[in-house]
Amino acid sequence: MGKVVVVTSGKGGVGKTTSTAALGAAVARTGKKVALVDFDVGLRNLDLIMGAERRVVFDLVNVIQGTAKLSQALIRDKRVETLFLLPASQTRDKDALTEEGVGEVIDKLRSVFDYVFCDSPAGIERGAQLAMRFADEAVIVTNPEVSSVRDSDRIIGLLDARTVKAERGEQIAKHVLVTRYDAARAARGEMLSIDDVLEILSTPLLGIIPESQDVLKASNLGSPVTLSDPTNSAARAYIEAAKRLEGEDLPVVVPFERKGFLDRLFGRRAA
Amino acid sequence: MSLLDLFKRRGSAPVARERLQVLLAYERRNRSQPDLVSVLREEIMAVIARHVQIDQDYLQVSMDRGETMSTLEIDIQIPNKSARPLAMSA
Repeated sequence: MGKVVVVTSGKGGVGKTTSTAALGAAVARTGKKVALVDFDVGLRNLDLIMGAERRVVFDLVNVIQGTAKLSQALIRDKRVETLFLLPASQTRDKDALTEEGVGEVIDKLRSVFDYVFCDSPAGIERGAQLAMRFADEAVIVTNPEVSSVRDSDRIIGLLDARTVKAERGEQIAKHVLVTRYDAARAARGEMLSIDDVLEILSTPLLGIIPESQDVLKASNLGSPVTLSDPTNSAARAYIEAAKRLEGEDLPVVVPFERKGFLDRLFGRRAA
Repeated sequence: MSLLDLFKRRGSAPVARERLQVLLAYERRNRSQPDLVSVLREEIMAVIARHVQIDQDYLQVSMDRGETMSTLEIDIQIPNKSARPLAMSA
């Protein structure tokens, strides 16, 4: 039985889709069978980030409504054999997803794949709740910034209340993934520190992804950053996070910026 | 290629621009009517379904939409026993 992992955040634009693609590809690269499911009905983008936008024939809604088989809707990645994508529908409205339908699709995926990553839409509405509904684990993508941390806290509350696992009285495993971390700004005290974020959310840390040009470059090329150039700092951070997700005990190293001459000279603290 | 091109660094943005142009051209067309490739897919399937029972398990459809050319690939396995002869008119 495969593991179902929801990638969620509450706030939009923090890196859910990028992280879903990067983590999923990193796990699949090790030979595990991985399915990435886009739950953002109406505004799909995982296909674009994965570089599969020209190959979409059927989508999640087609599968739920029975007009296509799951095997027909899954798009195999051209780079990694064991990596598959189930796109969201672009045109239909989001009420097309039913809890029963989603449950059946997730059950089938779980029986075939080692990992199923559910890319949640932003917000806390129906779409986001369905994406997390059947999850065993959750990756909460957070930027070190006040509104993102606040929204993550809301999402953590939902994960503990509205998932099938939570309703059965079981614990859903939660991990915080800090993205767009700027070591220089953190050193200057302009950004929430990792300790601040973890203390406020009191949830274990999966990894810290540094702010990096390479993430944008990977999106431009339609390739998860862990495949396009696995050696850059963001890719390495994602690969390590993926290993932790698989249970490996790897310490997280907080990226630091050596203080420049001017910084030391004027060493100021932000409010 | 001129010598200048050798020194001009091509970033990833041109690739992004091209990908988006192809995708958005297709999606904008598609808002008012289904695209040709989807129409062909459905009509071809309907014709085949008139003659043989299509088992969804033995059917794979793939598309690749390009800027100047798209491809549509329909892969159907037809078991011999389910192939019915064409209905003869009396």
